[in-house]
Amino acid sequence: MELREEIVENNKEFPGQVVPVPGGGIIVSTFEDIVNWARSNSLWPLTFATSCCGIEMMSVASSKYDFSRFGFEVARATPRQADVIIIAGTIVNKMAPVLKRLYDQMADPKYVIAMGACAISGGPFFYNTYSVVKGADHVIPVDVYIPGCPPRPEALLHALITLQEKIKSRLTLDQLRQPNTQ
Amino acid sequence: MQNEEIKEYIISQEPEAKFDETGEWLNVIINPLSWRLLAEKLKNADLQLDYLFCLTCIDWKTHLTMVYHLTSTKYRHSIVIKTDINRIAPQIETVSDIWRTAEFHEREVFELFGVEFLHHPDLRKLILTDDFEGYPLRKDFEDPINMIKL
Repeated sequence: MELREEIVENNKEFPGQVVPVPGGGIIVSTFEDIVNWARSNSLWPLTFATSCCGIEMMSVASSKYDFSRFGFEVARATPRQADVIIIAGTIVNKMAPVLKRLYDQMADPKYVIAMGACAISGGPFFYNTYSVVKGADHVIPVDVYIPGCPPRPEALLHALITLQEKIKSRLTLDQLRQPNTQ
Repeated sequence: MQNEEIKEYIISQEPEAKFDETGEWLNVIINPLSWRLLAEKLKNADLQLDYLFCLTCIDWKTHLTMVYHLTSTKYRHSIVIKTDINRIAPQIETVSDIWRTAEFHEREVFELFGVEFLHHPDLRKLILTDDFEGYPLRKDFEDPINMIKL
């Protein structure tokens, strides 16, 4: 099975095994898995958008697509309360230190999604400019990339679900960097 | 006011002015040295051009051209003033005290094209960082880190 499919397959159920006992069952799991399961189902995004991808992000937050179905409902206006930052838009040289600062202010564990062509590589319109950072991953580490200009709302939902699977599989950059804390 | 009347007035004030009516607006091509005096007259006298709605610059590689779009909120006529300036040490008198909006736009042209506006009250960079080197909208601007050559 492909790695991607394997990850999806492994994360469908609540982590752990059911040990049947008379009158019911006991779930045996690791503490780490349960913590990651809980965290992945309650990811609070930071209200952060620098250009047109932000409109798509708002659309995903609204009732038609509704990312709160997957636990992303509470968009926070302060990085201190946010778990995930969706970089929705172009990062220019003057914005880069601000983005870095926002990321630094977020409490661990924290995750990053780069949404759209600008956040991935500088963008289809701005790639040959003195003012644009050629990809947000020059500034902060990115867990999930979404191509598109702008990506469809479904693509963002897919990325959010991918991030959840990554967290449950302990594969996010934050988890790999600090393997002992969780 | 019709273009003919505007032309007559400008010729009476600035006999060296040339006109170009091929585009949407009446273009007036003048000498940069006479711009300041003419600007005061354009705003206050007969034409009442009280609104500067665009101030920009063009790099022609051999020289720069300052472009001022003016309109009158009273008569609803518009003209464009163009004036060629030297590219090596470009200088022109400010009009920020005539049209206040120019203060902002001249700072922008200053940072992007390197035009020095004489007697401007606060000629700093507008959007770029203070330590930015070069004038990014000039045709020969090079940035080996961020830009590829086309």
